[in-house]
Parts: sequence; structure tokens; C-alpha cells
Amino acid sequence: MTDDKDLAQMSFEEALRALEDVVAKLERGDVPLDQSISLYERGAALRARCEAKLKEAEEKVSKITLDGTGAAIGSTPVDGL
Amino acid sequence: MSDLIEDTEGGNAPEFSVSEISGAVKRMIEGGFSYIRVRGELGRISRPASGHIYLTLKDDRANLDAVIWKGTAARLAHRPEEGMEVIATGRMTTFPGQSKYQLVIEDMRPAGAGALMAMLEQRRVKLAAEGLFDAARKQELPFLPEVIGVVTSPSGAVIRDILHRLRDRFPREVLIWPVAVQGEKCAPEVAAGIRGFNALAPDGPLPRPDLIIVARGGGSLEDLWGFNEEIVVRAAAESMIPLISAVGHETDTTLIDFAADYRAPTPTAAAERAVPVRMDILNWVQDCGARLSRGAQATVAQRRVRLTDLSRALPRPASLLESAQQRLDRIADRLEPALVQSVQTRHHRLQTLGARLPPALDRALTQKRLPFERASAHLRPSVLTRAIADAQQKLAALERMRQSLGYTATLKRGYAVLREGEALITTASGVKAASQIEIELADGVAQVKPLP
Repeated sequence: MTDDKDLAQMSFEEALRALEDVVAKLERGDVPLDQSISLYERGAALRARCEAKLKEAEEKVSKITLDGTGAAIGSTPVDGL
Repeated sequence: MSDLIEDTEGGNAPEFSVSEISGAVKRMIEGGFSYIRVRGELGRISRPASGHIYLTLKDDRANLDAVIWKGTAARLAHRPEEGMEVIATGRMTTFPGQSKYQLVIEDMRPAGAGALMAMLEQRRVKLAAEGLFDAARKQELPFLPEVIGVVTSPSGAVIRDILHRLRDRFPREVLIWPVAVQGEKCAPEVAAGIRGFNALAPDGPLPRPDLIIVARGGGSLEDLWGFNEEIVVRAAAESMIPLISAVGHETDTTLIDFAADYRAPTPTAAAERAVPVRMDILNWVQDCGARLSRGAQATVAQRRVRLTDLSRALPRPASLLESAQQRLDRIADRLEPALVQSVQTRHHRLQTLGARLPPALDRALTQKRLPFERASAHLRPSVLTRAIADAQQKLAALERMRQSLGYTATLKRGYAVLREGEALITTASGVKAASQIEIELADGVAQVKPLP
């Protein structure tokens, strides 16, 4: 399970899945009450993380610049595409 | 042999004039190859103002000049282009004036498709045998790549389509590796692009892509040929970064498609596969938030209902005592009547017994009296009465005697008895000593005090 995994080390997809897990568990309602509170807190943290990730969507387009041998030596921003 | 030639100077070999031998060759060639089909690749093509087309048919070892006369050229279904693999139908002619021969083409069809396809299939089978296309090699595409590397032409509709679709769905950081997408440079550059992205260090100055898209717009089989080259296929198969191929239109299949982790039918489709729709996920996450709250509340509510149910089922403390109380009351109610009844029962019994007592007593007395009566009948009181009368006479005689012998009879004769209290005074000194003297005479007692 991804349950015990540190939030910061989770990939976005793992966080989404973990959130889904938490929600499904809570909705089934067979979790002990005190555990359901910590579960809720974890769900809230996962949600916050997912939302943050979704909000940092920013486009940045650049073109690799190559040296004479065809190796990448840098990049230049590209606009207007 | 040289001896022979020297011996027969001039020899017996037939001698031709230049025209004669040229004519003989012409007749031989035109007669022998008056209707042939030749397969080859079109080389240099020239189209002079005359309208005739001069070109070269070639394969890897030889060249053959050819001409398409103006009238024939107009009838051709395909315009001949350099590099095209064709099957030409026609006849051989010679040009005695220039010691040349050529093919006069009367019809020409592209042979490339079939030929190239055969070659392509051969290559595909070979690379497949090496395992480059194995399903086990396929990598899973990242759910949400942070950086997408696109190997394509930096100008043109393809990169525009990709960026546009990415922008719609989930804007990301995009690195374009510029390459030629057709021609001789295409294959080496595309391969270098794939390898170049893979060579980027994860924390280097250039961000290492999580996903590579190799893209090109539609074109002829020849246009897309670079993406069939082994060097490109190998680079794609070896890529450690998951790779999407999007070369040509949906109907075009190139070998890179087999080696890619995912084959997108078009560049736009590649962008769609590359990233999820941001708003969808955002909505989903927000929905999850709502479900989370509802779930947590429901959990508490469910417990509350259960608690209520249970507490309803729990008996009231009073009710625990009620039955005992009731029992007590019921017993207490019975206590007094029981006592009364018990007394009454005993009373009644007493009465019953009491009623039986006098008759029983009577009966007992009667029974006991019977022997008494019988005995008393035998008793003769005369025996006793006589004895009593005798005794009484004796007693009277004795009394008379006692009186005559006693001091009281003496008192009547003038004697007196003196007493102090109970004590008799019989002496004069006793009189003198006494404080109070009682004198008994015949008719009673007189009190005197001695003189002092």
C-alpha cells in the first residue's frame, strides 16, 4: 500500500490513487471512528497536494540548441507556437 | 595465339566499317530488346523545353539512360521523380552518332510501394526477431509527465498541434529537439534526438524529459522513410524514457511505431495520450474532497445512530429495579392477608379444639369420677364423725381443765399479772426499775407508771 508512504515522496498519480483509496475506505464506513479521523486528515492532505500539483500547470516551451556534433548544449525559449 | 595472329596478318576476321558495326549492334539490340520491362530507381531527370523527358534508371551497380518522348510523358499516370522506384516498359534503341544506347519508355509505373514495402517487411521481421518490438520491453507512460521532450521539426504544423493540444489539456514544460523529418539527415538526427534526451542527466542544466514524443506529419512512404531506418528504431527501442511515436497519418505505419512504447495515430493524439485533462482531474480531486467530508460525517453519524440504538436498548436503571419492586409489592400485598389468614386459621382451629375441650373434659371427668363415686360409696363417714365427737368432748374437758388450772381463773380471784412489754415483772425491784407497767386483771389490762 501507499498508505504509509511519505506524502512528499509520492508521485502525483500515487497521491491520486491514495486519495481514492482513502475516500473509498471512508465511504465504506467500516473504519473505526478514531481511525476515520486520521484517515480524513490524510485525505485532506492528499487532496491539498493534488490540487497544488494541478494548479502549478504552466506551459514552458524551449528548443534544444545543438553544437556542431549534434550534442545538446543548451536551450532557447520558443514563443508563438 | 599471338603467333597465330602474326602468322595471319590481317587474319580472316570480318572487317566492319564503324557504320556497319554500329548498324549491326543497333539491329541486334533493337531486335533483341524490342519490348522489355526494366525495374530501377529514377536518377537524374531533366525536362528540357522540348517536352521530352530524359532520365536515368539505376540500381546499385549500373545506370541506364532513358527517354520519355513528349507524347508518352503526357499520358503517364505518375509524374516521374528522382528516387522513385519504377518499372518501365519500352524498347531499347541505340544512338550510333554517340555510341550510346537507351531505353525509350512507353509506359512507367511506380514500383516503389511494393518494393519498399517488401524491404520494410524484411527489416521489420529482422528487428522483431531481435526482440526490439517485444511487449515486455514496453514501458508504462507516466500519468503526468513534468517535462515532455518532442523530437520533431521546430517549425510546421506538427509541433503547433502538439503544443496546442497540451495547452488545452494540461500545460507542461516542453523541450523541442529540432530534427529534419525527411531526407537523408532525418534518420540520424531523429536517432540522435532520442539518444540525446536519454543522455540528459536528471539534475542537469537541461531538464530530462519524463516522456518523449517523436512526431512528423503525413507524407508519402518515401517521406516517412527515415522513421523506418534501423538506427531510429533501435534508438526508440533502447530509450529509457517512455516514448510515443506519432509519425504520419493514422494509416501510415513506420517501424518506429513498433518500437515505441505507445503508437499515436497523429501528433495531436500523442499530446492527448501524453497528459490527462487538468480540469477533469481537478474536478475529480475536488469531488474527492466532498466525498471525504461526507464520508467522515457519515462515519460519525453512523456511529451516533448506533449509539442511540444501543442506548435505547440499554435498560433504564429504574427498570432494573422495577421487577424486583413489583415482586416485593406483590409479596408485601400478600403478607398481611397471609398473616390474617394464618391467625384466622389458628383461631378457627383453636375454636374447633376449644369446642371439643369441655365435652372431652367432661368425658374425662366422668371417667375419672366413676371410680371415685364407686369408692366413695364404700366410704363410711360415721367412723370419722364419732372419732371427731369424741375428740371434741375431750377437747372441751381439757379446756375446762386448762381454765381452772390457768392464771386467768386466778385473776378472778383477785390476782394480777404485771408486765413490762412482754416481760413478766415478778419482783418489787423489777417494778421500781420499769418505766411502764402493764397490769392484767380479770376484766382486762391497765397501764400504770411507777412513781419516781
